[in-house]
Amino acid sequence: MTNRATATIHGWLLLLPAMACLALFTHWPAVASFVESFYSTPKARRPARFVGLDNYQQMLADPIFWKALTNNLWFALGTIPTSIALALLMAVWVNDRIAARTLVRMAYFTPTILPMIAVANIWLFFFTPQYGLFEQMTGLFGASSTNWLGSQDTALYAIIIVAVWKEAGFFMIFYLAALQAIPPSLGEAAAIEGASRWTFFRRVQFPLLMPTTLFVLINAVINAFRTVDHIVVMTRGGPDNATTLLLFYIYQVGFGFWDTAYAATLTCVLLALLALVAFVQYGWLERRTHYR
Amino acid sequence: MSAPVPPRAPAATRTDPYSPKGLPLTLESAGAILLALIWVLPLAYAVWAAFHPSEYTTRFVVTAPLTLDNFTRAWAAAPFARYFLNTFILVTMILAFQLVLGTLAAYALARQDFWGRDLAFALILAQLMIMPDALIVENYRTLAKLNMVDTIPAIALPYIASAFGIFLLRQTFKTVPKELDDAARVEGASPLQVLMKVYVPLAKPTYIAYGLVSVSYHWNNFLWPLIVTNSVEARPLTVGLQVFSSSDQGIDWAVICAATLMTSAPLLIGFLLFQRQFVQSFMRAGIK
Repeated sequence: MTNRATATIHGWLLLLPAMACLALFTHWPAVASFVESFYSTPKARRPARFVGLDNYQQMLADPIFWKALTNNLWFALGTIPTSIALALLMAVWVNDRIAARTLVRMAYFTPTILPMIAVANIWLFFFTPQYGLFEQMTGLFGASSTNWLGSQDTALYAIIIVAVWKEAGFFMIFYLAALQAIPPSLGEAAAIEGASRWTFFRRVQFPLLMPTTLFVLINAVINAFRTVDHIVVMTRGGPDNATTLLLFYIYQVGFGFWDTAYAATLTCVLLALLALVAFVQYGWLERRTHYR
Repeated sequence: MSAPVPPRAPAATRTDPYSPKGLPLTLESAGAILLALIWVLPLAYAVWAAFHPSEYTTRFVVTAPLTLDNFTRAWAAAPFARYFLNTFILVTMILAFQLVLGTLAAYALARQDFWGRDLAFALILAQLMIMPDALIVENYRTLAKLNMVDTIPAIALPYIASAFGIFLLRQTFKTVPKELDDAARVEGASPLQVLMKVYVPLAKPTYIAYGLVSVSYHWNNFLWPLIVTNSVEARPLTVGLQVFSSSDQGIDWAVICAATLMTSAPLLIGFLLFQRQFVQSFMRAGIK
């Protein structure tokens, strides 16, 4: 009994520094956002007062919030499947004995270690009207000029392309590791059975990669809600909020308009979305993918 | 977070029946190389623009003269030396705290059996989902109350307890044979000595992997430093670069590209030199 009491004291003492920081910068702010979403933003002469669900009503009536939310869903739909499919393709290619394999793998992975803020500057130039690289290329074929980032129809696609380019190579390395861990005997057995390469991939390799796909998927979903660096550089949410994502809107409301109560309300929505991801991951997906 | 991957299969001396040969292999190589070229295009372009005079920014002629002018102009136009120093202090500070806090917490979670351990672990893992990026508004308020806004420690604080690092180290510590631990205790080592003499040396690959990932992440981090800093003395490179390229430079892409390359250079050079180490670190950090 005293032994266990000592162990408990030791254990919590070891945890104390990390737990204190986590409590101050993760647990407390999450709770505080929730509490604050029921109060008004304090002004110079008026302190914050309880307003009930007013902030939430304001949010539901706010067209920019809905725009940010739908943009974010399209952004997620645009980036997640594309980057996962590309990552898988890259891994399959790099796993074979292709020419210049090491260099190719390096090329795919390089965007991972570059600062998003820095590469966004280069992409910004690519997309610049008249002068930019894309314009010059399409100009060669006589296509008319497009203002990629200035048009509501194309700006979100441009943002999606940059995000896919940034993260596909990162996801590739997980697929590559998983592919290399598949026992060669499976390939031999499939070959004896006369399975085509596509059948082998679809029936053997792809199912065995399921745990990796799940892992990559979760990461991709989280990234879809936190990748906003390139928006600050490339569009600042524009044109007319066509590229405003949820986290970017929180940033704008919180630090552009200084409406902290409303920003806290929006933060609660973001946290709820992230909690939903966690719930889906642990409650549902984990059970379906562990059949090895 | 766990992507369960079994240990790597023994290097096959046998040939893979599905490995393409002849024409399919050529086609596959061509496709892979084409995609690789697209993937390095932004970087390749930045190198082109940065090392040539402005008039060649969009004119790709082989005979264009090389120059370092853009770099000297960028370096003179903004206090990049200070930004480099700030980023260096920032990533060092974050990593040092992360390692100390993470090691202590991971040791408790891996090898101590005590009341409330599972609850503590669950509370720690919550940070994997609720990342500090989502809590910018409240964290800014906290740091304002602490009177720390616009300092380098303010950028570091929300990140120094890392659930990801604790989780990674816990998994590694759990693989250390209990016999080693017991043997050290029989020799009369205190718990802290056991940690420092047995666990930490055995976890060295994990420390290196985590260190590389952490340094890369915080070298590149942008949104939070942008919010919490507003002076040259505290600003890291990423924010400095943004201030530089969005201010009234005119739009001289050659100079912006030079600044961009400068900002990315330390990580990029490290990656080119230790490519395998980098890739394996990111992989190890993700898989555990």
